[in-house]
Amino acid sequence: MIYARPNRLSRRRALVGLLGCLGCLLVPLRKARSADALPEKLAPLIRQATGGVMPQVGRVTLTLPALAESGHSVRLRVRVESPMTPQAHVRQIHVFSEKNPRPVIARFSLGPRAGRAEVHTRIRLAGTQQVVAVAVMNDGTAWMASAEVVVTAAACVEGS
Amino acid sequence: MAKARIKVPEVVKRGAVFEVRLLIRHPMETGFRYNNVGQKIPKNIVHTVRCVYNGAEVFHAELFPGIAANPYFSFFTTAEASGELECVWTDDTGVTMSERVALTVSE
Repeated sequence: MIYARPNRLSRRRALVGLLGCLGCLLVPLRKARSADALPEKLAPLIRQATGGVMPQVGRVTLTLPALAESGHSVRLRVRVESPMTPQAHVRQIHVFSEKNPRPVIARFSLGPRAGRAEVHTRIRLAGTQQVVAVAVMNDGTAWMASAEVVVTAAACVEGS
Repeated sequence: MAKARIKVPEVVKRGAVFEVRLLIRHPMETGFRYNNVGQKIPKNIVHTVRCVYNGAEVFHAELFPGIAANPYFSFFTTAEASGELECVWTDDTGVTMSERVALTVSE
């Protein structure tokens, strides 16, 4: 009687599989990095919010899940590096969406009293897109950060 | 029926930074949806939220339809003396509501 050779994983197959897995992991990473460029549609809105200046990238940390199962409620955290003193503080935080029918999501006003420039909320997202947070400082400078969110079930589309 | 919940620490140290969490019960109707007979459901969202502590504004937000239903916020502030935190919000139907919470400041 001939016994079939058990289907064992060879070293070659294991290596190829491992490389494939690594490749799959790298693809979304690269996509997220190339999304650093600001969506063109938002530029005029951002200028309006900052009083004409285009914000520099930095000092703002925007935390959003990389993948949101539902666009109806996505948790968002904006944190701005600032000493929050009367001399140097964050005056406003703006949140923009690339694809929502209304691109402005929220505007928060802060002052030195806050002690820490951080806000959390939950937002709606109409599909996979970039979200941008802009902080306007009391000295007139503006800073921003953006994050890409993959949304599996979008909000604000017909029938939702 | 409470329309909102405000969470603050039981006791805060004078001048220390603490977190305030606010949850408002509101449908935040976007104005983009239709009902079962094809009519547009009118937009009705909370457009302004303001929190005042002992007469001084500590948080102010302008909201748009991109904020999820039952809006939730968390922000930070400091307090010099015990008092009351009051949050006031207004929606598109013109209804203004508020919720208060007492805060104790220790030395």
